[in-house]
Amino acid sequence: MPFEELFHTADWSLRVWAADLTHLFVETARGMNALTGIKLAEKPRVRRTFTASAPDAESLLVSFLSELVYFAEQDRLAFDHFDLSLNLEDGQPFRLSATLHGAPIVSLDKAIKAVTYHNLQIQQTARGVEVEIVFDV
Amino acid sequence: MISLQDLTKVSDYEWEIPQSFRGDMRGPVRIFATRELLEQIAGDKSLEQAVNAATLPGLVGAVVVMPDMHQGYGFPIGGVAATQFPRGVVSPGAIGYDINCGVRLLASSIELEAALPCLDSLATLLNQYCPSGVGVKGVVHVNVPELERLMRAGSRWALKNGYASENDITRTEENGCLEGADPAKVSERAKARGRAQIGSVGAGNHFVEVDLVETLFDPETAAVFGLRQGCLAVQIHCGSRGLGHQVCTDYVKDFQSAVQRYGIELPDRELVCAPMDSPEGQAYLGAMRAAANFAFVNRQLLAYSARRAFEETFAGKLKNWQLTQVYDICHNMGKVETHEVDGKRVKVCVHRKGATRAFGPGTPGLPPEYQQTGQPVLVPGSMGTASWVLAGTETSMLRSWGSSCHGAGRTMSRAKAKHDIHGDDLRRELEGRGIKVRAGSLSGLAEEAPSAYKDVDAVVETVVAAGIARKVARLRPLAVVKG
Repeated sequence: MPFEELFHTADWSLRVWAADLTHLFVETARGMNALTGIKLAEKPRVRRTFTASAPDAESLLVSFLSELVYFAEQDRLAFDHFDLSLNLEDGQPFRLSATLHGAPIVSLDKAIKAVTYHNLQIQQTARGVEVEIVFDV
Repeated sequence: MISLQDLTKVSDYEWEIPQSFRGDMRGPVRIFATRELLEQIAGDKSLEQAVNAATLPGLVGAVVVMPDMHQGYGFPIGGVAATQFPRGVVSPGAIGYDINCGVRLLASSIELEAALPCLDSLATLLNQYCPSGVGVKGVVHVNVPELERLMRAGSRWALKNGYASENDITRTEENGCLEGADPAKVSERAKARGRAQIGSVGAGNHFVEVDLVETLFDPETAAVFGLRQGCLAVQIHCGSRGLGHQVCTDYVKDFQSAVQRYGIELPDRELVCAPMDSPEGQAYLGAMRAAANFAFVNRQLLAYSARRAFEETFAGKLKNWQLTQVYDICHNMGKVETHEVDGKRVKVCVHRKGATRAFGPGTPGLPPEYQQTGQPVLVPGSMGTASWVLAGTETSMLRSWGSSCHGAGRTMSRAKAKHDIHGDDLRRELEGRGIKVRAGSLSGLAEEAPSAYKDVDAVVETVVAAGIARKVARLRPLAVVKG
């Protein structure tokens, strides 16, 4: 698992790493699923699509994860497979086009209220790219 | 990392980080804590976050931090910051995602002896009528136009629809309605989340709890508050649910670009803010107030549900089973208030995140019966431990922006609590002490174990010794309903 939980007194903090930005988004979503203890039904499989744009990659990551928080709370849906396309052209807003594959939630240990920007910075490392992200729970 | 050596000791209960500590600070940080409590938070980032909070543009005076402080995300939990009105900023992250999270206290004249045989069935009924847990629906369903009316009117909506009494309204902070709420500034997504959740507790550290008024420290004030020694009381702790979470999410995102437009530089993106008199600031204030009013109604409907449970349990068995409101307080909120600064009365926007308003005697806006005593300050302890009813003081008006502590404050991470503590063991321990537990999730129960929190008595002793609140009564838990 390319993510690990970090110490946080009251909320949840996760360090995630991946070879590139697209995989970082996917692994952060998987890490979020792991933290919440989310369990999906086997059927019916569902698919949702959405697009987002943001001035930087960190904001785009928050938008992506916030979308998953919304789906979990409002539609009781969670996702375990992600087809993401990131457009990161210089001088343009960063754009994300996502197709999410998942199923209704059978159980959830704990919900995430929100995805925060607290000290959020995606960094290049020897492992590729890395981020630490804090969730309000 | 900030160490104790960086702090200037003002007294055994008060410390300061001077403005000179870091070049971008716009005021000092004042910390109410004992050395022991400070040592408990030495491993987390609360003091660093308090210093970051002191960089907010338009900051007035000191950022104040309470003894139940702990690390948050941007702004420390237990923090209070005041900014100039209207030219200073408002920061959504300094109010938090759970806008108007707060506590309501209801008192009764039901004596413990009479209640004990019914306590188990009372806990079951409270669990049934006060929906709790992840993703649960509320007890009232409204369409969007009705939701917008509710967000404008706050607790008056509940009164009009038969869920509140006039006494409930007057004994709610701001009479249960922030003026200037603007539902048009609340996103459709936030409304969709809120519509389904009105009258629900949620999960996390939120709860409905039956307590015993065990000890009175100030019988006269307790009598004014309606608290009787040896009788039951009810605490309700929750906020604006998904609606508030979405409002904060929306505006923290929007303000990422607002700070660039207004040339605001901050050490943490979660502290993003906008001038109150800007279109962005006005939009957030309108939405935040609408979410706050939603939270007032949410706690009011839970009070209505608790009364149903009490009626079913005690009506016909006891003559006086009614629950009377003591007060309803907010501990995540941003409000324009008048405070004395350098001898002058000035309007400021007070951001409280995990801090309770604690207005002292004679402060405008308090109910007439609390004008002599100061307002009730409700301090729930961790699950299974004592809670406190305090009263605001003149000193709190001068030293802490009319604020005091809001609880025990966490010391242990949720992951460690879940690792070290088993929910079923904890439930057995609490039941062994005579506390009825109704919890939707055993792992959630473990996360809220008393050992994951500071000693609430030590927190209360600190604010009392510092003079920013005084003791009125101590409550002991009898039954707790959690998600």
